[in-house]
Amino acid sequence: MTKRVLIVDDSRLARMAVIKGLGQLRPGWTYVEAANPDEAVASMRASAADVAVIDFNMPVRDGLALAGELRELHPDLPIALLSANAQEEILNRTAQLGATFLTKPLNTAAFGAFLDTATQQ
Amino acid sequence: MTQARVPLSELEIDALTELLNIGVSKAATSLRDLIGTHVALSVPHLALLSREEAAKTMTEREANALVGVHQSFEGDLQGRALLIFPEAKSLELVRAVAGGDLSLEDIIALEHEALAETGNIILNNCLATMANLLKRRVKISLPKIVHGTGETIFNIGDTSEEGDSALFLYIDFLIRDRDIRGYITMLMDMPALFALRELLREFIERTSGETRAE
Repeated sequence: MTKRVLIVDDSRLARMAVIKGLGQLRPGWTYVEAANPDEAVASMRASAADVAVIDFNMPVRDGLALAGELRELHPDLPIALLSANAQEEILNRTAQLGATFLTKPLNTAAFGAFLDTATQQ
Repeated sequence: MTQARVPLSELEIDALTELLNIGVSKAATSLRDLIGTHVALSVPHLALLSREEAAKTMTEREANALVGVHQSFEGDLQGRALLIFPEAKSLELVRAVAGGDLSLEDIIALEHEALAETGNIILNNCLATMANLLKRRVKISLPKIVHGTGETIFNIGDTSEEGDSALFLYIDFLIRDRDIRGYITMLMDMPALFALRELLREFIERTSGETRAE
């Protein structure tokens, strides 16, 4: 089944990397981009995506704060948090939100496993 | 800040910022392992400034004495990376890194070594990550320590050779439990920046799957 992925990152290049990975792993899926948490929330309110991939280190509020907001709006939304910052506190908070931690630069196998799980939901 | 003088396109600046972000994030993970407490990072800021402007910017942010751990790097990437923080926090950082109940005497005795080790972990991690992502190699010098003002810190090394302009990239970090804050910055001169631009273009191509517009 085709799904729609919300990709949130303040870096355009980082969004391009996720889009490239998605294109390789799930060529039929569609995506919508957001450059900051506010855009992401507005996008989800306008038309909810089926999966969210969120960068951690963003200005104003971080990806975990956004993941928390999206979790409240959509309790079953598969969420991946993307960061090279794999500190224990961040990993724990990601797990508490029921989200998946993915390492930057994006590893295709790990991203594929996350998308497999998202497909089953 | 005088961003208009950066001879890089918007996407190249984005790529460089993202590279630094990934490098510093990995470094923060290592620092967390070293000190056992969370290290918060800001989003990266990038500007092309003269040494004088970089020193002024640092002095505006931090009026008191500073300590810097610096390492030069050469090869496909060339420049100098610095870890800078207020000197008053230097002993607190040593305490965080060395751990345990050390006496003030022990902490003072360990200061130089602990600063060099911390700088080495952070800067090496950051530079190695960036070089790996760019698929290039860098040779990184041993860490050196400098005490002084923003001006002293930004005028280390052979300034005539390194040129007057510098790419000033910085991320500030905060160890909340210990009230330690600092900056990770990178200085590159114009020729090094032009060499870097080529590597960034290749990196963008690989990452996005898009071929060059030019």
